[in-house]
Amino acid sequence: MTERAQLLLEIADDELILGWRDSEWTGIAPLLEEDVAFSSIAQNEIGHARALYELAARELGTTADELAFDRRPEEYRCCLLVELRLPEWERTIARHVLYEQADAERLERLKASDDAELAGLAAKIDREEIYHRLHAEMWHDRLRGEPRYQAALEELRPLVDERDGHSDELEPLWKEMTSVRRSQPAGTRW
Amino acid sequence: MTNIWEVFRQERKGQAFQHAGSVEAPDERFAEWYAREQYGRRGESAALWVVRRDAILPIEEFVDELNRNYHRVDGYPLKEKLKEARDRAGTAAARDR
Repeated sequence: MTERAQLLLEIADDELILGWRDSEWTGIAPLLEEDVAFSSIAQNEIGHARALYELAARELGTTADELAFDRRPEEYRCCLLVELRLPEWERTIARHVLYEQADAERLERLKASDDAELAGLAAKIDREEIYHRLHAEMWHDRLRGEPRYQAALEELRPLVDERDGHSDELEPLWKEMTSVRRSQPAGTRW
Repeated sequence: MTNIWEVFRQERKGQAFQHAGSVEAPDERFAEWYAREQYGRRGESAALWVVRRDAILPIEEFVDELNRNYHRVDGYPLKEKLKEARDRAGTAAARDR
């Protein structure tokens, strides 16, 4: 696999798995407005994953769906930060803030890439990520004085971009995420 | 402590703003974000006005003790007068032509 395909899968997996985790707030967020907000952010992230998988799929001669759902959990290249199930609001916001910071730096690097296709997609994704960053920043400003939030930032910071193996939480997520596709033989047309 | 913010939406440039709904938010930044999210992200608005509900002066009672309905513009039976004038001139209404 080329370095480019590996990088695309890394980012796509981050976005897909984070999108999944963010979507877990649908219906249970502390405020109805945040229910809508987090669900929308989740949907954006999964949309970004789709676009990145498509780019990788063209290079690897496969499809976005196969890359997203037909790999084994150990083949995913996402970082530890996005895998965790975080049913506490302050930990979810801490992850949101840490991820958006790291993602912004990554997108800046990609936008400056010589690969026009990759740079173009990064610019497109970044136009939506601006709003995710605004959302993360205003929550950060709101919670910054809370010790529980600060503790969550400290706890999760080392997991940003940590791609050496996976946590125990990826496999149950993977099982649920891929259960419908795995219920039918490979190559089934949906 | 959250507030209710009323959101007004302009569909196309130059058109009047119409009340679209409301969002609940603790401050202006959250109100802006939620309003963009709920009333603007699908390209359905050219502009939004977001106003804290308590900045609105509501007027809900209109006293008309003496029933002075001659003050009202809707008192003129314009439709009838037009019909009479048309009958006199022998012309039909635009839609009947």
